[in-house]
Amino acid sequence: MISISGLIGQLFAIALALVLAPLLAGWVGQCRAWLQSRTAPPLLQSYYMLHKLFHKDVVLAHGASSLFRTAPFVMFGCMVLACAIIPSLSTDLPFAPAADAIALVGVFGLARVFISLAAMDVGTAFGSLGGRREMLIGFLAEPALLMVIFTVAMIANSTSLATIVETLAHSDFAIYPSLAFAGIAFAFVSLAENARVPVDNPATHLELTMIHEAMILEYSGLHLALIEWAASLKLYAYSCLGLALFFPRGIAAGDSFPALLAAIPLLLFKLAIGGFLLALIETINAKLRIFRAPEFLGTAFLLAVLGLLVRLLLEGRA
Amino acid sequence: MFLCDDFPIEFARQPGLGAPVWRGRAASGEDLKDFAATVHLQGGRLAALWGSDERQRHGGPSTGAVAGFRLHCVFGVSQGHACVSLDLPGDDPATLVYPDLSAIFPAANRMQRATRDMVGIASDGPDQRPWLRHGAWPADWYPLRHDAVHVFGMGVGFPNLPSDYDFVQVGGEGAHEIPVGPIHAGIIEPGHFRFSVVGERVLRLEQRLGYQHKGVEKRFIGMDIGRGAKLVGRISGDSTCAYAWAYADAVEAACGVEPPRRALLLRALMLERERVANHLGDLGALGNDAAFAFGLTQFLRLKEDWLRLNAEAFGHRFMMDRIVPGGVAGDIGAPALAAIVEQCGVIAGEVKKLRTLYDEHAGLQDRFLTTGIIDTALVRELSLSGMAARASGMILDGRAHRHEYTPPSPWTTLGVRPITDERGDVAARVAVRFGEIAESLRLLCVLAVGLPTGETRVETAPVAGAAGLGVVEGWRGEVLVGVQFDSEGKLARVHPHDPSWQAWPALEHAVMNDIVPDFPLINKSFNLSYSGVDL
Repeated sequence: MISISGLIGQLFAIALALVLAPLLAGWVGQCRAWLQSRTAPPLLQSYYMLHKLFHKDVVLAHGASSLFRTAPFVMFGCMVLACAIIPSLSTDLPFAPAADAIALVGVFGLARVFISLAAMDVGTAFGSLGGRREMLIGFLAEPALLMVIFTVAMIANSTSLATIVETLAHSDFAIYPSLAFAGIAFAFVSLAENARVPVDNPATHLELTMIHEAMILEYSGLHLALIEWAASLKLYAYSCLGLALFFPRGIAAGDSFPALLAAIPLLLFKLAIGGFLLALIETINAKLRIFRAPEFLGTAFLLAVLGLLVRLLLEGRA
Repeated sequence: MFLCDDFPIEFARQPGLGAPVWRGRAASGEDLKDFAATVHLQGGRLAALWGSDERQRHGGPSTGAVAGFRLHCVFGVSQGHACVSLDLPGDDPATLVYPDLSAIFPAANRMQRATRDMVGIASDGPDQRPWLRHGAWPADWYPLRHDAVHVFGMGVGFPNLPSDYDFVQVGGEGAHEIPVGPIHAGIIEPGHFRFSVVGERVLRLEQRLGYQHKGVEKRFIGMDIGRGAKLVGRISGDSTCAYAWAYADAVEAACGVEPPRRALLLRALMLERERVANHLGDLGALGNDAAFAFGLTQFLRLKEDWLRLNAEAFGHRFMMDRIVPGGVAGDIGAPALAAIVEQCGVIAGEVKKLRTLYDEHAGLQDRFLTTGIIDTALVRELSLSGMAARASGMILDGRAHRHEYTPPSPWTTLGVRPITDERGDVAARVAVRFGEIAESLRLLCVLAVGLPTGETRVETAPVAGAAGLGVVEGWRGEVLVGVQFDSEGKLARVHPHDPSWQAWPALEHAVMNDIVPDFPLINKSFNLSYSGVDL
């Protein structure tokens, strides 16, 4: 049964994601500039970019099929769905039963498959190069992400994200060593999945080193705007997922309106801290040689498995 | 004695204060080839190769001993440079052929092809693909011939014909090509790179340059000394001092002029400042290419301070048009010299800190070490000079003493220490840059403190028919400029040679067996000039 307030809360969460995602990207860019002692671009830079791109014409490559044109919409849709089912403000999400944490990984995977295929669709060398590398990163990142989710799901005895957050945020305070392992693994996976240093460099102009950027080199106008927006939504989704799994305190339970309002500033605060930490990681690290990425994600997988074992062997009896 | 006494080529040392150059004339193509083989055997290099049209202008009879064309080859030998010319009489394309040197010096390949495109004299080698000609003019029209003049200045051009270029194909299972450029995702100079790869592994790289061809050599023809000096400083903006000095040396040698001592020391001061500015920028860019943007902003900050003091002390951020034949334009005051010495101290401290940061950054070192290796043997084979050669263990620096070689004034008394590294990888080229910054800062202090008083410029009058060659150790490597005057004292032929001619093929070798995403880093570690070779 979907309550009215639940529906409002759900729609509000989606709207907030759409608005906040570019802001988060802008904030990370600003922090990075400060840490590198550069003058920072405006906080609203990402919105200006989207505004510009939405007003530009689309230039299509010769031989671009309908796949190339639909992929940005699919990617954008996937990311909006992901933001809708990850509890960011409240656990009372009517859409949440549509997909649990495992399906969420599938949603991310769906977006990846489409954008990689679209990159290969126009037949440029860079598109295939980027698509190939994206699949390499993806097939290593997904198992690690699943392992992280399994660890957390065992604590809550459910794979539903709402239930997980409710269990973690509203039970008595407890320390789970397994979550420490899972948290580090999740951070590794998030960096790789969001095309961040040290796995990818979102700021590069060197086409031969690109992963995510190489796939979208042929996109322009509306399509590029959707992809850029979807990329910032993905970062937002991963941030919210990280907060929901590892720092869930303050996320409202049920449809209490005051609690929902109180959750907003707390979410902003947490995102600001997270964004700063991301910028810090990006500043102090160099990009890995691409064949080191499997080692990096292998480490993430190992840590996630360790988290799972710790949960099974040490915490299971409690 | 020069090389060996029983050689059929007679050499005479070029006058002037510039780098030691011996000039000689080969009687036949076979003599030239023998000489090249001897130089190769003794560990020498091919420094430059170009052609010139020696026929009388305006169709009159030739006054020289030969009516036809001339091939100029400059070899780097242990004592300095040997410039050998070979006359090719007539203008029948069938007779305008000289023996292929690329079998002895692979670096000759592109220079020979460019010479054919520009002057129409060809080697008898197998590779006759065009190099600078991209279909902008017909294959039987040669821009640097006197009779090609009329096309310019009348608004008459040629239709831009599409040109096919025969890239070397790599076959085999899983091998495919990645074409990159000439238009890139960032704002950089244009060049086409054809990678043959298996997965991410590079099997072969073939470069196609010439997209920036702008007719610089053609533009020189008929200029006077002063205008030529302005143009030569704009061939490759990052090496403007090196080009201007090499040109000045060539003109001074041709005209029998010796610049005053203060001017020579000021030239050295500017050349070292140019070296430091470029190394600072490159070190930052190398960090940035490994996604370590923090390094870029720090080094750019230092470079900006450096360039601002250039503007203050010399009136131009890159010191363009400061080095002129006969000396230097303008003088420098005591306060500016004091500012230079003070800045050297500040920069030395900052660079030292940043070097520690680079050296101890595990991520950066992982990217730099063992990436893009070229070994000493390859450096010798490819006639490489300059910073990249020293990073592969070659002790080769035009400013430093070495066995049988005495550097020209003012380096003789400065005791320049060549910075070398044995590793030959990106890390070595980074380390050599750091070392050279420290050495240049030391030199700058010595130069600024010990600058003698006196004149900074003497008059330089052209000598009809004279020729000269200037060689300067720029930041990238050896910059050569060959100058020839016509019977009216105007420039008949100026050939600027950038060290990138030899280094581009070295880059093709350096990237082999590395992976595609490491290419930009390897490329940046050489940071070669497109404009300097596209001419």
